Amino acid sequence: MRVLVLDEPLSLWGGMDPATGELIDAHHPQRGANLAGRAVVMRSARGSSSSASVLAEAVRAGTAPAAFLLGEPDLILAVGAAVAEELYGRMVPVIVLRADELAALPDGAEVRIGPDGSVHRA
Amino acid sequence: MQIILRAAEATGAGRLIDISGAHVDSCLYHGRASLDFVDRLLDGGARVSVPTTLNVGALDLLHPELVRGDPETNARGRRVMERYRELGARPTYTCAPYQLADSRPALGQQVAWGESNAIAFCNSVLGARTNRYGDFADIAAAITGRVPDTGLHRTAARRATLVLQLADDVPEALRDDDALFGVLGIVLGRRAGSAVAAIAGLPPGQPEDRLKAIGAAAASSGSVAMFHVVGSTPEAPTLDDALQHRPAEATEEIRLAELRAAREALTTDAGAPLAAVSLGTPHASLDELERYAALLDGRSIHPDVECLVSTGRDILSAADERGTARRLRDAGVELLTDTCSYLVPVLRPADGAVMTDSGKWAYYAPGNIGARVVFASMAECIASAVAGRVIRDDSAWGPA
Repeated sequence: MRVLVLDEPLSLWGGMDPATGELIDAHHPQRGANLAGRAVVMRSARGSSSSASVLAEAVRAGTAPAAFLLGEPDLILAVGAAVAEELYGRMVPVIVLRADELAALPDGAEVRIGPDGSVHRA
Repeated sequence: MQIILRAAEATGAGRLIDISGAHVDSCLYHGRASLDFVDRLLDGGARVSVPTTLNVGALDLLHPELVRGDPETNARGRRVMERYRELGARPTYTCAPYQLADSRPALGQQVAWGESNAIAFCNSVLGARTNRYGDFADIAAAITGRVPDTGLHRTAARRATLVLQLADDVPEALRDDDALFGVLGIVLGRRAGSAVAAIAGLPPGQPEDRLKAIGAAAASSGSVAMFHVVGSTPEAPTLDDALQHRPAEATEEIRLAELRAAREALTTDAGAPLAAVSLGTPHASLDELERYAALLDGRSIHPDVECLVSTGRDILSAADERGTARRLRDAGVELLTDTCSYLVPVLRPADGAVMTDSGKWAYYAPGNIGARVVFASMAECIASAVAGRVIRDDSAWGPA
């Protein structure tokens, strides 16, 4: 999967259209980017408590990111991913990495995620 | 219970604690997944075990004619709202459950709330304790009555780690002007991220509606679940209290230029003609409804402008009793309940800008409904709605 580094934190609700995976937050510098199938790198999540629903709906619709690689834990995304897995049998790993590990993942890099949640450059 | 245990595991909490209430945001329809989840809960025989209020949904159940859009989507939106009531939750359908006298948790009480503005208000203004419970986790907590003992449920995490001091160049008059608070919230969210910050430099005893505006905006531009306003919020009678009697990790100034820039950035389309005015995000309080009526002072909304106010059904019922709702409707104001004008197609399609006094509405509406936004104070919004054109008053924001 290919890395998409978000320059600013994103709230999935109000920030991603679950029908298309497109980034729609008008105040985000990467408006128009598409999150579907990408390993989305964010230093933290942001904003709405509805983001869990938006993630589950995106998993159902097949537009969800392939993984989230975060700088700090986010319960909203973690729970959204867990519910989506329970409902639809598809897992979106939500992984917390150290700042130096995140910094070593440039935009566009190919990565794979091991069964233990470890992230490797492909 | 699986969700709660998974959350406990993810946060490293060693035990669960009991909660006395919940506020559930999952009743807003986001697609089939919203229905699939609540159907699964009901099929399993689930019921809430603590008093539970419901957040806004995707339809105004009291005034369904106000919401346009695809009838099939509306039917699913209605079904999700009704399914959560079947779980035993109270059909409050408001993002401001703290305005309901019987749903306000007391200082120190443990609860599980969803809806980012309500979370910030609960912790900061009521001094009750909740983490940021997202969709699914909120109803899981309401059903089990328990949450992981971690984060803002514990005293230590409620301490301010960042002090934001209003700089000397912020005019005294602006510090006590309604126009400031949504903008201040946007700056707070950007500066604090997910940290607990204490804002110093505001006159003490700020009213709840201003604190509501700070929290709603801060939870939009950042992940703020709690903030202190020194002299106004219950855990910050003094800055030293907010810091729990230890030195601050960081102290930063907020200067006038940053506030002005944040105010300007909330306006996406300064030159457009005025099509609509949207007030009441988060849901207008009774006091705010009365202030709109007082600002209108018998005048009517301009015929070319749609003026829409979102509020909770219980607040509307109180406003009906006092005659405030009638005064607003007679002036041409539309009153929307159970949902919000940036969630669903409510505003009439029109070629022009929507004016709002809400930092949160201004933040999300361009992405959600493609609105062109002019951000201003409540007084500017009402004056503009009457005049039929955008009227802004920059005088409080210092010399140009």
